[in-house]
Amino acid sequence: MAGFLLRRLVNYAVLVVLAASLSYLLAASALKPRANLEDRNPRPPAAVVDAELNRLNLNDRTPLAERYRVWAAGVLRGDFGRTLQGEPVNDELWRRLWVSVRLLTFGTVLGCVLGVLLGAYAAVRRDRPSDRIITAGSYLLLSTPIFVLAVLLQIGAQKVNDTTGLQVFEWVGETAPGSSEGTFGPLGGLGDRLRHLLLPTAAVALAQLALYSRYQRGMMLDVLNADFVRTARAKGLRHRDALLRHGLRTALIPMTTYFAYTFGLLLLGGMFLEEIFGWHGMGEWLVESIIRGDVNAVAAVNCCAAAAVLLAGLVSDVLYGVLDPRVRTSGTTWTARTGRS
Amino acid sequence: MNRPGRTLRGLAASRRVVIGASLLVLLFLLAFAGPYLAPWGWEDTDFTAFREPPSTRHWFGTTQSGRDVFALTLRGMQKSLVIGLLVAVLSTALAALVGMVAGYLGGWPDRLLMWGVDLLLVLPAFLVVAVLAPSLGGGWPLLVLLLAAFLWMITARVVRAMTISLREREYVLAARFGGASTPWIIRRHILPHLASLLIVDAGLNVSVAIMAESGLSYFGFGVQPPDISLGTLIADGHGTATAYPWLSGFAAGLLVLTVLAVNLLGDGLRDLLDPTLEKGTP
Repeated sequence: MAGFLLRRLVNYAVLVVLAASLSYLLAASALKPRANLEDRNPRPPAAVVDAELNRLNLNDRTPLAERYRVWAAGVLRGDFGRTLQGEPVNDELWRRLWVSVRLLTFGTVLGCVLGVLLGAYAAVRRDRPSDRIITAGSYLLLSTPIFVLAVLLQIGAQKVNDTTGLQVFEWVGETAPGSSEGTFGPLGGLGDRLRHLLLPTAAVALAQLALYSRYQRGMMLDVLNADFVRTARAKGLRHRDALLRHGLRTALIPMTTYFAYTFGLLLLGGMFLEEIFGWHGMGEWLVESIIRGDVNAVAAVNCCAAAAVLLAGLVSDVLYGVLDPRVRTSGTTWTARTGRS
Repeated sequence: MNRPGRTLRGLAASRRVVIGASLLVLLFLLAFAGPYLAPWGWEDTDFTAFREPPSTRHWFGTTQSGRDVFALTLRGMQKSLVIGLLVAVLSTALAALVGMVAGYLGGWPDRLLMWGVDLLLVLPAFLVVAVLAPSLGGGWPLLVLLLAAFLWMITARVVRAMTISLREREYVLAARFGGASTPWIIRRHILPHLASLLIVDAGLNVSVAIMAESGLSYFGFGVQPPDISLGTLIADGHGTATAYPWLSGFAAGLLVLTVLAVNLLGDGLRDLLDPTLEKGTP
């Protein structure tokens, strides 16, 4: 098992390096940081612009290979360079990374668990009204882009706020200023944070739930009529136990594959949510940086995204190995299983 | 599984196909015939109605600058549908071509093509499209090419795997030893076996492409003005969606309906055409 994981780790590390380098080269050759500096008011003299670009390693007149070398040497030391404003990218990166983690964690966990349970339930109740409702609901959710879903949630929340006359829901930012100085002190601040989390979490959870319930229903249907579940029933296990202990568990194995596969989608969805709910996370930063032409920031965000996706792949491999002992010898991975490499 | 259950399920699948297909036809009719019925063109400005809610005069209301939302929405929908269809056809064709050539030829062409597939899978697709689409200035046709370039890889792998197994069939071997040329064998003996897979894949790619286009346009990286799409309409209205829902609500609704119709059609077709699916659930 350890050897297998080590092999995967090396493979993933190579892919991360490749992905990060490619995103840097792309950003450095296509984005125009010079235009951003030149457009400042009052317009700086050309020599000043050049000096500033050189200082930030963003000068498009320096050969791309040279800029890449400087950037890569920095990254190896754990330094992603500086933003266009001259601030270190690392500080901003850490701050924003935690914002994104806070935004997505609850919704992801909730969405995965509920999706798996709903999908399994729908499979057991195949072709009955409850299955129909779950299937129709997941179809509708899958067809709704997350930016439409988020706005719908906001409209609904507005209605609730209007009818109750209370600010039950909040949907701008992470927290309201001064919320910790109310009558409840820091507890009020925490409550306020949770209130701000409600809608984004619902959006993430619904989007994930739709995906996972579709997958899980399909997996579970494959397993329900399998011989080992029938055997479990035949040896006297109750229907419920046979389904839970033998059916659900086996049907969960392929789901670990989908976890890695949908993780990239999750990060992409997070970008929309940050934009819509006004959280200053990684996705918002990426969009702003692309527009501004901030090469180092763009490269850093993409580096993190690549690392996160492949980390999810590694987690998926570990889970797969834990659930399915055969993998330790055959060495199949989520990438091979989904047809990725 | 007894026969009645199977046919029932087949019936459900064909019902999905029928519902999806008819919904899609209606949406296409609306997008392309609707503008002829509307009293206002998409470029017209009504200086007597600024940000009016829907009325008999303006069916979907007007924007802040007095433009008719119905006409704008249909115009955007046309673009989204065209982009979705083109991307799907292009990416599936590319997947079929690369997958079949790599699978049939094997050896170094296979290794080279699969290396290309792997490389594209590693590339950060969002970044590439977001950076290149606005800066190259090719307008929406360029966006179609870029989106298509990132949607074909996984299908190509599936096609390759199927081609490798088809390659060893007797009739393919017979054709090969009979002196048939490689393109002919691929066209006559390999492609027909992949047709159902490719049709379904193209169908599902339409919805992926429409979603991707509107998502990119939402951030301003997709369709650029003066062109409009459902994504740009939704983005324009999003800040005011709670106060003036008609500005983007109809565009959002039509987007969801379109994707839903395509998904129903694609999934239904897959269940109808794919015999292995029934094997999995005997």
